[in-house]
Amino acid sequence: MTRTAPREEKRPRSFYALAAFFALFVLFLYGPVVTILTLSFQGPQGGLTFPMNGVSTYWFERLWSGRGTIDIGVAFRRSLALGAVVMVSTVVISVLAGLAFRRGFRGATLLFYVAIASLIVPSIVVSLGIALEFRILDDLLRSVLTSIGLQHLAGGNSLGLFTSGLGAHLSWTLPFGLLIMFAVLNRLNPAYEEAARDLGATSWQSFRHVLLPMIAPSLIGISLFGFTLSFDEVARSSQTMGSTNTLPLELAAATTTVTTPEIYALGTSVTAVSFTVIFGTLGLFALVQRSRRARAAMPKGE
Amino acid sequence: MRPDLATQAAGAPVQTGASAPARANARRRRTSWSPAFVPYLQAAPLALVFLVFFVLPLGATFAVSFWNYNGYSMEPAFTGTNYYDVFYGCVANLPRLCTTFSTYLSTLKFVAIVWATTLAIGFTVAYFLAFHVRTLPMQIALFMVCTIPFWTSNVIRTISWIPLLGRNGLVNQTLQSLGITSQPIDWLLYSDFSVALALVHLYTLFMVVPIFNSMMRIDRSLMEAALDAGASGWQTLWNVVIPLAKPGILIGSIFVVTIVTGDYITIGIMGGQQIASVGKVIQTQINFLQFPIAAANAVLLLIVVLMTVWGMLRLVDIRKEL
Repeated sequence: MTRTAPREEKRPRSFYALAAFFALFVLFLYGPVVTILTLSFQGPQGGLTFPMNGVSTYWFERLWSGRGTIDIGVAFRRSLALGAVVMVSTVVISVLAGLAFRRGFRGATLLFYVAIASLIVPSIVVSLGIALEFRILDDLLRSVLTSIGLQHLAGGNSLGLFTSGLGAHLSWTLPFGLLIMFAVLNRLNPAYEEAARDLGATSWQSFRHVLLPMIAPSLIGISLFGFTLSFDEVARSSQTMGSTNTLPLELAAATTTVTTPEIYALGTSVTAVSFTVIFGTLGLFALVQRSRRARAAMPKGE
Repeated sequence: MRPDLATQAAGAPVQTGASAPARANARRRRTSWSPAFVPYLQAAPLALVFLVFFVLPLGATFAVSFWNYNGYSMEPAFTGTNYYDVFYGCVANLPRLCTTFSTYLSTLKFVAIVWATTLAIGFTVAYFLAFHVRTLPMQIALFMVCTIPFWTSNVIRTISWIPLLGRNGLVNQTLQSLGITSQPIDWLLYSDFSVALALVHLYTLFMVVPIFNSMMRIDRSLMEAALDAGASGWQTLWNVVIPLAKPGILIGSIFVVTIVTGDYITIGIMGGQQIASVGKVIQTQINFLQFPIAAANAVLLLIVVLMTVWGMLRLVDIRKEL
């Protein structure tokens, strides 16, 4: 990006007005969230609003020991597992699709519009549709099994965390992954791959040693999108998880039933996980980049 | 290979050396040398996911919207009863609005308020970041500050308004202790106001990101030329910046409008489960296992959303602008 050198002239008066507006906007974004983070440390006698009645980790202990209204453990593990699978699938499928779109293929435009439509169609509609699809599938399966005399196999149903639930989340994360891949591959200079080809690399070698290192930083972005979108997703989860509940579903249900700061402790816990994952990944990435740069700086023949 | 090609490439992820036409030219050359069927294999997983978890579900919804149902199950059929039920009394009782029309009207009201507010805030914030913050690292840092809240759950960000706006909330406490009001204000929470506020809080970022992105692509010399030609700041804004930021404004608007139209969680929580919305109607019908009528409502919602997006795309030719 070409930028002109910073001008030396004085800042116009509009700058200060806009800067103040921006500061207010940031306050608006963070203020409420800081409020519930603070209130989750209410004392045991404290309620849902200020003033703080002492400071304690009472509500966290209650939440995590399972003594409270919400059983967080199972839902938490489910959401983490689903988030991890969604994250890996999103990266792999987006990269493959990105490469396909780069080469071009028949139906590329149609597939692209379908992906964009998946972002635009309301989540409740997609969620209902997936639930209906799986119900119809189950009914069909049941009647087929009954007709060939295997009705004892026809008990369960196919709605679940890693069937319909996983698909519902991918229908939400993949368009984001795809758009990031487009942005990345558009900026990429093909000369590097041509150089690799001229040097005799196979297409796999050129992907592994040339393309992959170049797009690696964006893959971090895609995986973070994949995990957090899945970890926080409610609307598409609502009808597609079958009888299992994820953490956001527990949280959404708790908003109508729980009247103690336990719900804020739950909110703080979920936020803490999201942030640990994001900053952990970014930190790890920074470390890898640094060691890579250090290796590159070393004299060759190490 | 000297020095290691991979590390060298990784050190220079953004290539600015080649001129734009040269790069475009190079891009048109073959970048891969594997058989022609390979792209189809690569695109297959994506196509499969969208087929099974998007296209077929929409098909299933459409089909089921014509099915019959009784108290506990749905049966394949072809009937218009569900649509008749959705629009029951809508024409006969005019000018009194039927449930469906008034629900859509209520939803539309929130869409309009939230769209206008997020656009005003989003445009101003993006403008500040793009044109008033002078260095790129500072721009990135402030942009990150805006995006961090996006990394946490919508439900959490929604409920975080409750301790502020409630009867005994921080806002009421402050107003009373300052002597501005003698009694707590009741309309702050579980009202149209709190719903709109929470929606703006959740979705302003969807405006900031695409508008900021569009503004960053605007050639600064165009604005200087306008100023040199004697245009005032407002004239430059109106005649140069806004037309060039149009694609971003449109993308942000599509996001906000479609999300708010389908929202039921935020409206449920912040409206104290008392305010009607189209998504909430569908949700309630699903809970009562009335799948076919929920499907009919979903088809109607889908048509409304797609027509809105189509209308917005008519206003700006997005492919030409990009």
